[in-house]
Amino acid sequence: MVELTHLTIAEARDGLAGGVFSATELTEAHNTAIEAARPLNAMVLETADRARDMAARSDLRLAKGEGGMLEGIPLAIKDLFCTEGVRTTAGSHILDNFVPPYESTVTANLWRAGAVMLGKTNMDEFAMGSSNETSFFGPVENPWRKPGDNRPIVPGGSSGGSASIVAARAALAATGTDTGGSIRQPASFTGLVGLKPTYGRCSRWGIIAFASSLDQAGPLTRSVRDAAIMLSAMSGHDPKDSTSADLPVPDFEAALSGDIKGLRIGIPSEYRMDGLPEEIEKLWQQGIRWLEEAGAETREVSLPHTKYALPAYYIVAPAEASSNLARYDGVRYGLRVEGDDLTDMYERTRAEGFGAEVKRRVMIGTYVLSAGYYDAYYVQAQKIRTLIARDFQSAFDDVDVLLTPTAPSEAFAVGDKSDDPIAMYFNDVFTVPASMAGLPGVSVPSGLSETGLPLGLQLIGKAFDEETIVRTAGVLEAAAAFDAQPEAWWETGQ
Amino acid sequence: MIQGANGEWEVVIGLETHAQVVSNAKLFSGAATEFGAEPNSQVSFVDAAMPGMLPVINKVCVEQAVRTGLGLNAEINRHSIFDRKNYFYPDLPSNYQISQYKKPVVGEGKVIVDLEDGSVCEVGIERLHLEQDAGKSLHDQHPESTYVDLNRAGVALMEIVSKPDLRNAEQAGAYVRKVRAILRYLGTCDGNMEQGSMRCDVNVSVRKPGEPLGTRCEIKNVNSVRFVQQAIDYEARRQVDILEEGGTIDQETRLFDSDRGVTRPMRSKEEAHDYRYFPDPDLLPLELSEDFIEAIRADLPELPDQKKARFVEALGLSDYDAGVLVAEKEVADYFEKVVGGRDAKTAVNWVTGDLFGKLNESGREIAGSPVSPADLGGLIDLIADGTLSGRLAKEVFDAMFESGRPPAEIVEERGLKQVSDSGEIEALIDTIIAGNADKVAEYKSGKDKLFGFFVGQVMKASQGKANPKVVNDILREKLG
Amino acid sequence: MSLDKATVSKIARLARIRVPDEDLEQLGDELNNILGWVEQLNEVDTADVPPMTSVVEMQLPRRQDVVNDGAYSEKVLGNAPDTENGFFVVPKVVE
Repeated sequence: MVELTHLTIAEARDGLAGGVFSATELTEAHNTAIEAARPLNAMVLETADRARDMAARSDLRLAKGEGGMLEGIPLAIKDLFCTEGVRTTAGSHILDNFVPPYESTVTANLWRAGAVMLGKTNMDEFAMGSSNETSFFGPVENPWRKPGDNRPIVPGGSSGGSASIVAARAALAATGTDTGGSIRQPASFTGLVGLKPTYGRCSRWGIIAFASSLDQAGPLTRSVRDAAIMLSAMSGHDPKDSTSADLPVPDFEAALSGDIKGLRIGIPSEYRMDGLPEEIEKLWQQGIRWLEEAGAETREVSLPHTKYALPAYYIVAPAEASSNLARYDGVRYGLRVEGDDLTDMYERTRAEGFGAEVKRRVMIGTYVLSAGYYDAYYVQAQKIRTLIARDFQSAFDDVDVLLTPTAPSEAFAVGDKSDDPIAMYFNDVFTVPASMAGLPGVSVPSGLSETGLPLGLQLIGKAFDEETIVRTAGVLEAAAAFDAQPEAWWETGQ
Repeated sequence: MIQGANGEWEVVIGLETHAQVVSNAKLFSGAATEFGAEPNSQVSFVDAAMPGMLPVINKVCVEQAVRTGLGLNAEINRHSIFDRKNYFYPDLPSNYQISQYKKPVVGEGKVIVDLEDGSVCEVGIERLHLEQDAGKSLHDQHPESTYVDLNRAGVALMEIVSKPDLRNAEQAGAYVRKVRAILRYLGTCDGNMEQGSMRCDVNVSVRKPGEPLGTRCEIKNVNSVRFVQQAIDYEARRQVDILEEGGTIDQETRLFDSDRGVTRPMRSKEEAHDYRYFPDPDLLPLELSEDFIEAIRADLPELPDQKKARFVEALGLSDYDAGVLVAEKEVADYFEKVVGGRDAKTAVNWVTGDLFGKLNESGREIAGSPVSPADLGGLIDLIADGTLSGRLAKEVFDAMFESGRPPAEIVEERGLKQVSDSGEIEALIDTIIAGNADKVAEYKSGKDKLFGFFVGQVMKASQGKANPKVVNDILREKLG
Repeated sequence: MSLDKATVSKIARLARIRVPDEDLEQLGDELNNILGWVEQLNEVDTADVPPMTSVVEMQLPRRQDVVNDGAYSEKVLGNAPDTENGFFVVPKVVE
């Protein structure tokens, strides 16, 4: 009997089409796995009954030969996507009782394609974090552990729950969002494929906003093919989102030709940073060789403003967030803490409702927009963003794709970096520049660290050219042949 | 200038007018804009600032703003930006207002304002921008709570900022009326100040002539022309009194208390508002093409100034009469239908004299006039062609106003047709002369005034229907 | 730019987040740490560089002026902590 939780979407799709198993069976296997995976704390809400209903309907459609692109495929949804009638919290106490009366466009697309919802995944509060340690619902654990070491490891963030549950093989795939690296970095930490499309490729309508000019939805999957399938289903112009690109959605799966002969790959020299662990440099070099062996040409390129991307991000993102999060005030939804008067109510609600990281970022954001500082901070950061985008444009005059490490380290232990916000920010040092320029990026699991934890390599592409990074990722995936799996320690009670 | 205890003071006034845009749906959402609906029934998830919601701009609102800018003789900015103005208030659901800060859609313009004494003054327009209106907070429903209705939240507003060119309440009132008229002519705002679709923030400062501008106070949300004027008069006097006593003016935001006719500071502690404006990242810059702007310009209706000029030139009306007629588009339209090819002065008199009189008496607007323009025109025709005498025309008009019926019907029914037949009239005159021999003798001996007595008697005998001119002519003949 | 306690307090007020007095100093330190780190952006010469207005190259889309939303007050009010007769209810505002 095929292990139903060990399939890729592509394999499950074939199995369902071929009647090898039903959608109901597939979903039930995952419901069970999710229950077993509870020690990971990856889910904030399990929707097993709903999943069963959806699976049953998928079976009817499959029987009639009317299956959609993701018919019967059980997915976990990051709790930043508003799901109609299903509690959505953004990992925060301030929304811990919020039940949206509307469905996000991206998840609506997935349900229209026939997918099944297993539940909502845990995440860093309001997507602010790179380790999933800031959630009101507690930290998420990485299914991966260092052999012989019992300490919980972070899955990365902010889409930590999504990454964890897919890596634990309790969901076939999951949605995440990526603002500065929140899909790609957890993918790297958990041995998954994580794809952030070009800004505007997926609609932001119904996704709880963190930083409007940076947020993008994307898939976390176990294979590049799966990511391509998910991306096709998730993407598309949405007239309800003014920043949504009015472009047709390519068949991303069709881009997986396996052929990258003559492709020009850029290696940005500025990403070779001081303190970069040697094993990551080695993996990067290995990646270069794999791609060259497949017929691509690699060359050094320069992205001179790389080091300013992270500090600029930590001005722009908090600034936008400080305004986006102003709506959480206890008036129309969410937590309300009573106060002496209106202002007191606002202040107590937000003090109690927001966690420390969110409060810090809202304060930074408020400050950098405030009178007297706007030009020095916010405008300057937005100008640097233009320079970063120009750096990429220049590089893409000479190359088609960039290859970089995804993260500057393997996954670390829970609690290791939570005292030092800036050290935590550095998790995103390789992912943030592409976010600032709005470019697509994908992390492909490429090897294990010396301590046995997954490491990813990132491919960055031109705007709206996800096809090229998908194609290249397919080749990289094949060359890396990463097939390590975490030991299911959670099933045997730690 | 106003007189202070120790000299004259110049009052400097600038007005910010918030005008609700005429559109079916809101500025950034598809919810309805109708006034008076059940609370929170015209609120989309976007208007309620629910998590994950995003704005999409309404094309008609953009057009209306451009149209208004052109009507204000202003520069249309081809590139403009929407900014978030951040502050917390329960009727501002996202706790930021989408507005325009440094790059508004419309730039500098000007409005010609007609004053009572027939002079004009030119008032500069600084800018016009689009922004979201806020919802409504009701503070009087409960002692400890405020009730919030978001129906109005997100309705498109045009904020029209004048330059501080106004110098007294009269000018300010005339400016507001003129702007209102322009907006109503354009159809971009209904100008209904009672309902709140147009409101003014009044900025007032005073200075000795020749001195730099004084500290100003802003009086917010004044919702009638009369109150604008009262607020200015009160505030200017208040400031002069303070300055003459050696005090200084605190820059503050005030409210006009219409019951007591005073301005008072807004009770909330005036914290320096740091709105932290930044470009809204959910929206892109608004780019308008030349073609787009020109298409709107080509389609502009005739505006008050142009219409007034045309009435004066083409119809020979006086400046004053033309001004009265164009102040309200409905009146001007009504008048034009009445005037048709008829004598303009006659039409003016009927419209601004008799019709206005009756409308005021019965508390009606011209839109609710029981007398249609066609019928009023018909009445004028009946007088002109001799069917109805001038003096009976008023009686007929009153009957038209009561009943809404056309003049010919009323004239027929009441048998009011003017008698112009000289034979009939001569017969009447002969009877009068025969019966008043003594008066005839008195008249012939020099009492010229008695002519009127004879005219009166003939009119009485004919129940007012005798054609006065014919009566006059024949009487003259007979009496000498 | 270093924030003192008074400034931190002011920012907290602007952001409507209650920060107890005893926490102001530590929060100030945390914020100063971050602001000190972002200070490096001043090294970059951005004299003729326009700030990025949008990541995507596209026109601002405009909707048709049709009423196609709203008229679902139960949904709008459904998550509210306090409502009365179709209104949201909040503690009184001092006007």
